[in-house]
Amino acid sequence: MLKTTNLSKRFGGLEAIDDVSLTVERGARHALIGPNGAGKTTLVNLLTGVLDPTAGTVHLDGHDITRLAPHQRVQRGLVRTFQINQLFATLTPLAALSIAAARALGRSARWWRPLDRDREVAAECERLLAQFKLGDVKHRRTAELPYGKRRLLEIALAIACKPRVLLLDEPAAGVPAGERHEIFDSLARLPPDVSVLLIEHDMDLVFNFASCVTVLVDGAVYADGGVRAIAADERVKAVYLGQGAAHA
Amino acid sequence: MKASEPGQPSRWKPWELALFAALAASWFALPTHALLANEVAILALFALSLDLILGYAGIVSLGHAAFFGAGAYAAALFAKHVMPEPLVGLAVATLVAALLGLLSSALILRGSDLTRLMVTLGVASILYELANRLDHWTGGADGLQGVVMGPLLGIDFDLQGRVAAAYSLCALLLALWLCRRLVHSPFGVSLQALRDNRLRASAIGLPVNRLLVAVYTLGAALAGMAGALLAQTTGFASLDVLDFHRSADVLLVLVIGGTGYLWGGVVGAIGFKLMQDLLSSWTPQYWTFWIGLFLVVLVLVGRDRLFRPWVWLR
Repeated sequence: MLKTTNLSKRFGGLEAIDDVSLTVERGARHALIGPNGAGKTTLVNLLTGVLDPTAGTVHLDGHDITRLAPHQRVQRGLVRTFQINQLFATLTPLAALSIAAARALGRSARWWRPLDRDREVAAECERLLAQFKLGDVKHRRTAELPYGKRRLLEIALAIACKPRVLLLDEPAAGVPAGERHEIFDSLARLPPDVSVLLIEHDMDLVFNFASCVTVLVDGAVYADGGVRAIAADERVKAVYLGQGAAHA
Repeated sequence: MKASEPGQPSRWKPWELALFAALAASWFALPTHALLANEVAILALFALSLDLILGYAGIVSLGHAAFFGAGAYAAALFAKHVMPEPLVGLAVATLVAALLGLLSSALILRGSDLTRLMVTLGVASILYELANRLDHWTGGADGLQGVVMGPLLGIDFDLQGRVAAAYSLCALLLALWLCRRLVHSPFGVSLQALRDNRLRASAIGLPVNRLLVAVYTLGAALAGMAGALLAQTTGFASLDVLDFHRSADVLLVLVIGGTGYLWGGVVGAIGFKLMQDLLSSWTPQYWTFWIGLFLVVLVLVGRDRLFRPWVWLR
């Protein structure tokens, strides 16, 4: 369970995140929506430790992680994906997933035995490659992969880290409509005990996937509640969703 | 023994085995070129140490000679004032360089590539000046003379340099083997991930700073080993071992040989020394012109295309 309390981030005169208190329950399918510039990615950067807050705290499963470095938060199970793919250009998908899996098993510091001979890591990677349909490109350099495969690898890398809380920053970004179902499918197959916070603009994905929604506007929480309540909320429609067809 | 699957990188490829064997065989095959072989082996080891930090971890350095020189002076001083045993001296010098690497690694953790270039250059310059000033210890500009090495495992160093060449080659082969295991281990793949995308590396839980410190210390240790070998096999250490041209030359070796596949140092050292030897015997005054021209062509055309002339006509 991930909880922030009065989290704020100020850049000089700009209050980018304003007193945000948000809870992602265990096993939740929680969406974070809002207009561009609302501060969604900034919030994720604060949660993962890439940015330091000006005020407030972040708690993970009851422990205060506000002062922890990004890699330490990952080691405790808080994992994110990036809106713009952040991949390892010269590594193959197999190698990239292997090192993530090895790290999750606590074996990333081993310096003698080869990584590609580790059977447990190899089995875990085969599972992930199959799940994300990357098996046919597993030996190609990431730089040579088409965009759709790279996006799937982006998410697969996060899953390889064995997350307890997963922050997905616009996972379907840039993926053509015809390929989005692969992303949807892999999200639907996430283990039920993993808490997921999803940032998305694609409302179909949000209303199919999420059970609760937080709306962020100008760095502050504008509305918070169950997905149907938010879909019907007049204020939310006015500021973000629009008056068009109902998304129920 | 499992059959090698496509893309199982840790298995030695045939050309790697061939190159390794050729290096070992060179001592037997080229007895009259022992001194050159010694120089090439030392340069290759130095380049390997830079390839680790540059090609595998992505740390740019213009001052790697700091560790080379530290190892050279440590080995020379140890032989002169403590004991002339070469292997003990080698171990001590490697440790001294490693310690220096560990201490200076704090400086390369933050900032951009440009910062790292300046900082590493600065560290090497400081050491150079220190060696210059402490001339009571180092001999200053005249160099440290009177370094007489004891026998290596019972065999005295000979004037033809055959023992020296064997010594340096063995050190190089051992380092190559160790580094090869290292780069295919989880630690080694972590370094490559770090080099490719530092942000994502920390986002999958890799302790970036700790990895950088570890690899920088190792790179410094191997550079120090190479420097120690130079001091021990030539019986001499001077300010030249800390000079900027050492750092620049080793970078050139990697430009010629390539980085990130571990053998670039060997290939580049052989190429560079051979070119230097051939060109300077052919045109003693202008050989640097031809080396420079070759490098310009290499960078413009690209290493892969240059060594495959049939693709030029496409």
